[in-house]
Amino acid sequence: MKNIIMCYVKPYFPQMGVGFLIKFTGTIMDLCIPYILAHIIDVIIPTGQKKLIFFWGLAMMICSGLAVTGNMIANRRASLVSSRVTRTLRHDLFSKIMYLSNRQMDDFTKPSLISRMTSDTYDLQQVIARIQRLGVRAPILLIGGIFVTFTLDWAMALVLTATLPLLAMLTVFVSKKGIPIYAKLQEANDRMVRVVREDIAGIRVIKALSKTGYETEKFRKVNSEVIDREKKAGMVMAVMNPAMTILLNLGLVCVIITGAYRVQSGACEVGKILAFTTYFTIILNAMMSISKMFSMISKSIASGNRIWKVLNSESEMEVMEELERAENESAVAWTAADRSMAEKEAAQPVEILFDHVTFSYYKGQEPSLRDISFRVRKGETLGIIGEIGSGKSTVLALLMRLYDADSGRIFVGGQDVRSQTPEQLKKKFGVVFQNDMIFEDTIAGNVTLGRELSQEQIQEALLYAQASEFVQGRDSKEADALNIRGANLSGGQKQRVLIARALAMGPEILILDDSSSALDYGTDAKLRQGIREHFSNTTLVIVAQRISSIRHADHILVLEEGNMIGYGTHEQLMESCEVYREISHSQMGEGSDE
Amino acid sequence: MNKQEKKRYSKRTILNLGQYLLGEKWMLTAALVCTMGSNLFALIGPRLTGYAIGAIEPGKGAVDFSKVFYYAGWMALFYVASALMSYGLQVLMITISRSVVKRMRQDVFEKLLTLPAGYFDIHQTGDIISRISYDIDTVNASLSNDLVQLLSTVITVIGSLVMMISISPKLVLVFAFTVPLSVFITKTITGKTRPLFRNRSAKLGELNGFVEEMITGQKTLKAYGREEYTIERCDVKNDAAADAFYRAEYYGSIVGPCVNFVNNLSLSLTGVFGALLYLAGSMTIGDISSFVLYSRKFSGPINEAANIMSELQSALAAAERVFSLLNEMPEKADAENAETLTHVEGEVEVSHVKFGYLPEKTIIHDLSFTAEPGRLIAVVGHTGAGKTTLINLLMRFYDPQGGKIFVDGKNSMDVTRKSLRQSYAMVLQDTWLFTGTVYENLAYGKEGATKEEVIRAAKAAHIHSFIMRLPKGYDTLLTDEGTNISKGQKQLLTIARAMLLDAHMLILDEATSNVDTRTEIRIQKAMRNLMKNKTCFVIAHRLSTIRNADLILVVNEGEVVEQGTHTELMKKKGTYRKLYEAQFE
Repeated sequence: MKNIIMCYVKPYFPQMGVGFLIKFTGTIMDLCIPYILAHIIDVIIPTGQKKLIFFWGLAMMICSGLAVTGNMIANRRASLVSSRVTRTLRHDLFSKIMYLSNRQMDDFTKPSLISRMTSDTYDLQQVIARIQRLGVRAPILLIGGIFVTFTLDWAMALVLTATLPLLAMLTVFVSKKGIPIYAKLQEANDRMVRVVREDIAGIRVIKALSKTGYETEKFRKVNSEVIDREKKAGMVMAVMNPAMTILLNLGLVCVIITGAYRVQSGACEVGKILAFTTYFTIILNAMMSISKMFSMISKSIASGNRIWKVLNSESEMEVMEELERAENESAVAWTAADRSMAEKEAAQPVEILFDHVTFSYYKGQEPSLRDISFRVRKGETLGIIGEIGSGKSTVLALLMRLYDADSGRIFVGGQDVRSQTPEQLKKKFGVVFQNDMIFEDTIAGNVTLGRELSQEQIQEALLYAQASEFVQGRDSKEADALNIRGANLSGGQKQRVLIARALAMGPEILILDDSSSALDYGTDAKLRQGIREHFSNTTLVIVAQRISSIRHADHILVLEEGNMIGYGTHEQLMESCEVYREISHSQMGEGSDE
Repeated sequence: MNKQEKKRYSKRTILNLGQYLLGEKWMLTAALVCTMGSNLFALIGPRLTGYAIGAIEPGKGAVDFSKVFYYAGWMALFYVASALMSYGLQVLMITISRSVVKRMRQDVFEKLLTLPAGYFDIHQTGDIISRISYDIDTVNASLSNDLVQLLSTVITVIGSLVMMISISPKLVLVFAFTVPLSVFITKTITGKTRPLFRNRSAKLGELNGFVEEMITGQKTLKAYGREEYTIERCDVKNDAAADAFYRAEYYGSIVGPCVNFVNNLSLSLTGVFGALLYLAGSMTIGDISSFVLYSRKFSGPINEAANIMSELQSALAAAERVFSLLNEMPEKADAENAETLTHVEGEVEVSHVKFGYLPEKTIIHDLSFTAEPGRLIAVVGHTGAGKTTLINLLMRFYDPQGGKIFVDGKNSMDVTRKSLRQSYAMVLQDTWLFTGTVYENLAYGKEGATKEEVIRAAKAAHIHSFIMRLPKGYDTLLTDEGTNISKGQKQLLTIARAMLLDAHMLILDEATSNVDTRTEIRIQKAMRNLMKNKTCFVIAHRLSTIRNADLILVVNEGEVVEQGTHTELMKKKGTYRKLYEAQFE
């Protein structure tokens, strides 16, 4: 929380200072009015001078005018500062989230990031606005009130101020108790967000299985949890106000008793005690405001810490520039067939190189990939096939450096992926993930994702992705708006829009992770033909379940439980790889492989 | 919305809100009693102080200490009592507001589940979350507290007014000028701020909707290096939200100082006129000072009330968003005297069905076929031919615009949705797992499924060995966005989930599209067993999946163009054969 104030609120300190000054003036003006009134009643009236009465009356009105202007300006500045601070904070938080690594996303979890981005920043905004508005008057009244009581009678004032350390202790104690509860409350909030998100995503399944009752119960639980924590936090914070009143009022009782002794001894007059009680009310009210602020601050500290945790998370996957180029290509074992092929196409440089790569998602867990080595030249096609969970998508994730390998090295375009900046690396790829995302935007917007693409480029991409036909059939063609998650497209249409997105920039490497599964064979074949014809320099990496999608690939990588059990062309694998043969037969029928 | 509609809308919002509060009427009454009690006790305090001071009054050497201590004792007692009451009040208020929030959230959530599935295709999840958390919170942060405060304000104001009139009716005339002025100012400003607060809620909802969508798609955006672009887009929404916040907050915060100004004005006028009245001989100085005291008591709450008004504005604006969701049209209710489907045989007849998501754009023109009980019906066709739409109709996520669907000879419109849906087991293209253990996810469709049953289903779906390799086996916590689980594995899990159901009809929509064929064949064997005597609808592109179907429906542009078995259709040399041969190209 301290960090957030230092980074985000500090730049506004001068501005806030001016605001405080204006507010201060306004408040003083506000406080002058009763003084003038007292002056009129006590001093002017007995003299009976009408002119002076009008004069001081006018003075009061001027003070009122100044007070209202000052307060309004100060409030306006306060609102401005708080909205600016929050804007910057949200911007930075969102930017940070956008750059979080996959591993960090998994750790923070999306619902929690969403609630940090929305409700936590909102809590902070509220507090920053309120404190600027309330934070001036109360301390002025408190300090001013105490000061005046000292001028009245030091002994009684001392008795009253003796309660202040107690009040401070109370505040610290209650806040200390409150902050962790608020932190827990936010965690419960995350869970609530999660249930809502999940249920909206799975609404069809929930309805199909008639589980609305069950889900209602589930929500009731998280809802109750949030409510209980809110209540708990509220109850703890609610102690502050009455406890303060008691302390101060008991202080007052002591003051009166002290006063009685002072009067008895002749050190003080009764009138002073009377005046004392008036100022006491002011002090009490000021303390009430301050206690209110503390309960708000406690809540915001919890939120602030959550935000700071994200902002302060170290960026993973640093670029390591010192890594040398892939000069020792020979480190990778070459098969005989591979070598002859390499000689044939020696003109083309190696685009992708995996050199004894091993990787596991969590440390200490069974590796998801074990000792993977292969190479693909520019313009070639690599097909990856294997049972589910065999590590196909993991190969892609490592290739794009969504994760770093535990051991071994990965080269793209002759350079270690870890030595390239994310921008350099990402520019090379066009990718369609397994569960890829269609955004609520037009078709064209989904293809470009904000990249600078001409109308022709968009249309071309759609054409080669075999999407033109259905896009042209829609009301506003490329400008047709898509629903959330592309709900108004069929599965196959979605996949084609996603492929168009990947093709649009003419990537050096195109990655399709099982992303034509919803296409019929004809469309799938046309798609691959189109890509080979028009993107001859693009290296293609296809993960597929269908043999037909990869059988024409230059290399096929067969994976089983993270191990590489075959690498070669369709024909080679049909001869040498038992598993591959089985897969092929299961799909194409035994005699069908020409 | 025109002005009148808006007014009616506000009224309805207030009525809706009132209903929630009315549910807590006893606690509210108790809270009110507590407020008055704690105020009253607090008022007795100064009185006692007065008595104590009276005992000190005689001055040096003559202080009546026994009286001083007596009253001091009472004072302490009353202050403690007052503080306890005010704590009690806060506890009550927290309880009330939290229970209102709880009910509201629950209602909104339950409402969400009754909405047609299509609602979520056009409303961002983040915006809905914004309504459930931020809007409902805003409503309650002010509502329950303010209401009590407003009521106690009324009491204080009336009390002080009576006292002031009794002191000097003439001087009260000052308020005849200033009170209407405060009311006028408050009204004008709140009239201005209402749309601002409305805008604030809406913009925040928009921002939250955007943020939710982008965080969900973060991986894709990152893969395309679109971070900066997305951040820029977020900035636009962020700026709009910050600006809307600033405007609402600023105009809202004007009310306080303005009303305070009027109060100060009235104080000045009281001073001047009071002085003049004194000079004219119709008031004593003592009168003036107590009048001023009461007038402060009088204007304090008015000031407070003005502030409350602006808080209420934000509460109402937020409430509008909550109730607009609560007032959405739910799925059409079941027909009156709708039957409950029991002991389904599994005969499905689709007769001349016509349907489009938008009435003017039909997707299915004239679809007819009959599925006999226990048969495997495969639906094939080009993408976008309307296959998934057919499932939406079978499950009654949507109702056809023409034609009828019969299950066991009963019109599906005449049976309850719940029983209709329960007679199907469905595995969809988009797999869905929720945060929970593997076991919970699998047993989701069948309450009280035993561990053995679950394991049997998992084995049949060939996912058992994968589950056993997870750190905690069946008790491993799954999340939908977890890294460690591929789409193919998710599909197998959802298949296992469906296998546990006792339904007599099975729908598999591309259920195995991301599963390798070897596994698929193994599952199919298990499914064949399971599917015995069950009617199955299978949608798949991979023709190996459907080669063994009893009936293959080839759908094109919402009509069945060919039907028959694999061998029959291959002989026909029509659309199906073309589709089939395409895989060798």
